[in-house]
Amino acid sequence: MNIMTKSVAMIIGIASISACSYVSPWEKGNLARPEMGFITDPTDQRLSDHIYFSKEASSSGSAVSGGGCGCN
Amino acid sequence: MKLLIHSLLTMFFSISIALNSYSAEKGSRAISIPLKLLENSKAGKTVGVNTYQGKLIYVDFWASWCGPCRKSLPILNEIRAQYSNQGFEVVAVNVDEKLEDALKFLEKYPVDYPILLDPKGSMPKAYNIKGMPTAFLVDETGKIIYKHTGFKKRDRKKIEKLINQHLASR
Repeated sequence: MNIMTKSVAMIIGIASISACSYVSPWEKGNLARPEMGFITDPTDQRLSDHIYFSKEASSSGSAVSGGGCGCN
Repeated sequence: MKLLIHSLLTMFFSISIALNSYSAEKGSRAISIPLKLLENSKAGKTVGVNTYQGKLIYVDFWASWCGPCRKSLPILNEIRAQYSNQGFEVVAVNVDEKLEDALKFLEKYPVDYPILLDPKGSMPKAYNIKGMPTAFLVDETGKIIYKHTGFKKRDRKKIEKLINQHLASR
């Protein structure tokens, strides 16, 4: 393969790299669907957060500090 | 060899620029693409923005998943009611891929103005819009006189001011 063919192949290759595709502002309908979120069930997530901060006795990790008693 | 590579690169970038050359801005002409009009909860007759030419029109791009559209649609409906007898019309372009999504939204936020259905996004693509919602105020001759991206409640005053100014200058 001569250098010219290689160069042309490289240009075409670079031009067709499309690992990250651009989503236009009007095409975000599917991304906005609830099933696309990390949280599938807000109630369940809230409960998990409550258990987490209570058990961890952590402050600010889940936005609210807890005493570790699981009662708050 | 170098010349060939340069030529290919120039051609590639020229094509890229040419494809994005039109951008609907203040002063440019509003492109009209034939779209289906929402009639009785389904796609009806084919119309375009130019169907409403001769009126001062507010072309509003919206979607059911767009947060600020929950504020903009009821406000635009009120503005339209306020100025419709003075030759003003709101022409909405819905970009939802599924019509049911738009209909569900309109059940909550009903409007009286015409809604064009553009599930393939040909209009926003032609207008090269950068965010949702985006709106264009188009004069009687089809020229864009104002572009508005996003929507906040306080934008109502600005839009009304522009409409008043234009109607007074007729």
